Amino acid sequence: MHEVTSPQAFDGLRVAGRQVRRPDLTAATMDHNVPTDPDDMEIRDPVSRKQIETLRENCKEFGIKLFALENNDHGVIHVVMPEHGIIQPGMTVVCGDSHTATHGAFGALAFGIGTSEIEHVLATQTLPQNKPKTMEIRLTGQPDDSIAAKDLILYIIREIGTSGGTGYAIEYTGEAVQNTSMEERMTLCNMAIEAGARSGLVAPDQTTYDYLRGLPYSPSEEELDKKIAEWEELKTDSPAAYDRKVELPVDGLAPQVSWGTNPAMTVDVNDTVPDPSNLKRQEERQEAQRALEYMGLKPGEPITGIEVDTVFIGSCTNGRLEDLRQAAEVVEGKTVANNIRAMVVPGSQLVKKRAEKEGLDEIFLEAGFQWRNSGCSMCLAMNPDRLEAGERCASTSNRNFEGRMGTGGRTHLVSPRTAAATALAGHFVDIRKLQ
Amino acid sequence: MEAFETFDGIVAPLDRSNVDTDAIIPKQFLKRVRKTGFGAYLFFEWRFDEEGEPKPDFVLNREPYDRASILLARENFGCGSSREHAPWALKDFGFKTIIAPSFADIFYNNCFKNGLLPIELPADRVKQLFALTDKHQGYRLTVDLENQQLRDEHDLVIDFGVDPERKRRLLEGLDEIDLTLKLEDKIAAYENSERAPAPIMN
Repeated sequence: MHEVTSPQAFDGLRVAGRQVRRPDLTAATMDHNVPTDPDDMEIRDPVSRKQIETLRENCKEFGIKLFALENNDHGVIHVVMPEHGIIQPGMTVVCGDSHTATHGAFGALAFGIGTSEIEHVLATQTLPQNKPKTMEIRLTGQPDDSIAAKDLILYIIREIGTSGGTGYAIEYTGEAVQNTSMEERMTLCNMAIEAGARSGLVAPDQTTYDYLRGLPYSPSEEELDKKIAEWEELKTDSPAAYDRKVELPVDGLAPQVSWGTNPAMTVDVNDTVPDPSNLKRQEERQEAQRALEYMGLKPGEPITGIEVDTVFIGSCTNGRLEDLRQAAEVVEGKTVANNIRAMVVPGSQLVKKRAEKEGLDEIFLEAGFQWRNSGCSMCLAMNPDRLEAGERCASTSNRNFEGRMGTGGRTHLVSPRTAAATALAGHFVDIRKLQ
Repeated sequence: MEAFETFDGIVAPLDRSNVDTDAIIPKQFLKRVRKTGFGAYLFFEWRFDEEGEPKPDFVLNREPYDRASILLARENFGCGSSREHAPWALKDFGFKTIIAPSFADIFYNNCFKNGLLPIELPADRVKQLFALTDKHQGYRLTVDLENQQLRDEHDLVIDFGVDPERKRRLLEGLDEIDLTLKLEDKIAAYENSERAPAPIMN
């Protein structure tokens, strides 16, 4: 649970005189409203402060573990829970947040729910559900090393559309998926909702088990072998019948950049802004035209010619240690272009600590990036980090909706490497040409 | 929850697809800790200018749509964030029904929890309704959930589908938690079984 979608659920419990049935299976953190400026962590907005305080009080009253600001172990919920070993294969995981799909990376069935459903789960530890249809998204071939999981998922959404996954649980398969790390899998599953699917998952394997070994809430070393034997049973049969199968070749895939106001409005970095008049349906043409107007772009403009004002590296999509490492590799020894506001917001305080141990903070700071405390930050701009009207941002987050990062702000979704290279150049860059 | 009764209302046409929940209720209004009062901020960025004045060309700022109780939109309505503040805002504004060719899953579920009926119709039916709202100023529909029908005063009748269990809950205004707690013995049996998850947060 986080502070934004939970207060009304606790309220409902209190009104009905109900308890939290399983505090031992419930955990919370503070992320949407928290400040990220290390020099100024005071929450000035009284309504934000109230929401944070309400979560603190609710967790205390109902006996729920809270990763809290005051303990400096907070962070974005979808980063904090996995890194503590709380998410394990075979679990059913729900949270009042659509990016709960992230946890499918562990072979868990994880999906976002509304506040009424949170209350239902707190009271009963159950949730009536209609069984979703199943979709296999098989990635064939192997992309270049410079291509990130973010490029893969943007490409998938671009291909199947923002509602292509509606009503489905997605399983990502194929060699290109099996070869990913846990952090990459989290990126891949995180944005299933951007294709309309409430959940996306990857079958657990050795990569999953290795990741879980030794984490604070993971099974102990003695229990783990028994657990792994159980988890091995979770894998999809081969062959298996899915309601829908999609096969996408990712050999030679280019870095992806979104140009519009939904994540399916994405092209290759070496491509141009598309021309709405080439679209078949009138509604699509209208939507694309509206998006271009909002984004202040013209058809035919090369993507690499688009200049940005801000670069945001962070979020539940790309705020993990590997993401920061990838960005730091691009940035090392270089300088952020003039007049660019560039910030790195680690996904959690733990990610921040680990990155600092590796010296990533110094790489970013020397290049001219801001090095922040963790939180959702600019991804949805509920705290003071936001875009001004007309400001253009290369962002590693997940939604380029109108106003998402601030009223009138213009968001381009990219991978951490592309975001980093864009900060240095001041415009989008094909990172494959840097090598 | 109040029982959902047959009603007659004005249809507000919102001719956009992929209307996301960030657009329905922007994040700056998610900080309240109650369920009420969100209607004033519904579609905030589209409805109000920088000074907070209503934009005259936005449908909900025009007579008689400011009194609409049925919202007509295009495909994938309610996509994006899971925020239940979106149906809270729609309900608080006065909407009881939303008609679209398709809805995002989480939003669709959230509607039913709040006595709001989302109606999925084939795209050409939705197109027809948009044409009708264009033709008749203040076009009205009667929403009859019991018989799963939309009717207008020009003898148009449209049947719609809805999950029988969800329909029953809306019509009777049932509390879902109460319904689930009647299965207490089954929940407890599962929790005491070998398949039950071990406590994690201890």
